[in-house]
Amino acid sequence: MAAEAAGPSGLQIHPMDQFMIKPLFGNGEIAFYTPTNVTLWMALAIVAIVVLMVVGTSSRAIVPGRRQSVAEMAYGFIYKMVEDVAGKDAVGFFPYIMTLFMFIVFSNFLGLLPMSFTTTSHIAVTAVLAMLVFLGVTIIGFVKNGVSFLGLFWVSSAPLALRPILAIIEVTSYFVRPVSHSIRLAGNVMAGHAVIKVFAGFAGAMGIGAILPIGMITAVYALEVLVAFIQAYVFTILTCVYLKDALHPSH
Amino acid sequence: MANTTNTADASQDAFRAAEEAAGGLPQLELSTFPNQIFWLAVTLVVIFFVLSKVALPRIASVLAERRGTITNDIAAAEDLKAKALEAEETYNKALADARTEAAQIVADTKAEIQADLDKAIAKADAEIAAKAAESETAIADIRAGAEEAVKAVAKDTAKEIIAALGGKADGRTVTSAVTARMKG
Repeated sequence: MAAEAAGPSGLQIHPMDQFMIKPLFGNGEIAFYTPTNVTLWMALAIVAIVVLMVVGTSSRAIVPGRRQSVAEMAYGFIYKMVEDVAGKDAVGFFPYIMTLFMFIVFSNFLGLLPMSFTTTSHIAVTAVLAMLVFLGVTIIGFVKNGVSFLGLFWVSSAPLALRPILAIIEVTSYFVRPVSHSIRLAGNVMAGHAVIKVFAGFAGAMGIGAILPIGMITAVYALEVLVAFIQAYVFTILTCVYLKDALHPSH
Repeated sequence: MANTTNTADASQDAFRAAEEAAGGLPQLELSTFPNQIFWLAVTLVVIFFVLSKVALPRIASVLAERRGTITNDIAAAEDLKAKALEAEETYNKALADARTEAAQIVADTKAEIQADLDKAIAKADAEIAAKAAESETAIADIRAGAEEAVKAVAKDTAKEIIAALGGKADGRTVTSAVTARMKG
């Protein structure tokens, strides 16, 4: 799938190399605590978030500057989303949802820098994020509603004969949620980056005359900028939808 | 790709690399999962605390403060507007008062002038009447005088004419004749 040989000059395109996890220092085994490029780019995401959300708002200006405006916009965007989608009683979960959104959006955009490493392109990362949401939502659902949370799977508005079948479908879809939730994000990010890398390989092989591959890189990059934001948005809004199901399980 | 029969060394190398890459999709390399999950957990905890302890309360307070300021400003603006309306009302009232007063003064002055005028006209009328009466007397005198004179001249002239014609004029006859004529 990955590498390709083109004649004795040995054109090789490794679109997946950008996703390799390497230790920052030395070349040894990767233990769970080893500082790797994952560590570096997650740390950069933290730095970027702190610069925007903490340093940017440090003046607490009534008339905001540029960075404070963006920080306030991000706050208002997610706060309104939580309020509108998950309901007013869900605003207690706003800090956690904001954490998810900020982490994903900053990881996605940092991953668009050339030579960077995209942490959200890894299924391990997005699966943890999705499992946190899935487990959290399930626990919240049972804690808040008790056994009546199971009413989420029992479609009381459907004819009685259909209800068991619908229940099977509902339960299946409920357990597929974390899978689709995580693969959607990682898949989108990974695919775009890989495609860009493939075109970059073509451009490298063609040299000066590589107008078409460079044009394609530009186009895909533009699409990736869109995807970087939209996937973060989708992940967050789905979290809100799941949270709404947990807080108000009745159909 | 796997069925390639190329025997060139470079192609063999590429083939091996391809096998390696295909077998080792970095996303599926389980050995790196603990590392990623550990650092992700650290990252999420750090971001969560930075946001929930510092950034979000701060932004919330800034937004609340701004809303408060805007509300206050609107209230103040409404206050000022009410004041402006009041001032306008006062001004209009003062203007109306001044207008009424001016009209009053105009009417008063007019009446005064009219009274003065009436008085002056009456006085002038009286004077004119007096003058007219005086003139009438004078005219009557003159007229009487003139009649006497005409009578005398007519008598004298008649006597002279009669004398000139060679007659002898009787004074009493002439006088009665002239008187008779003048009456006619």
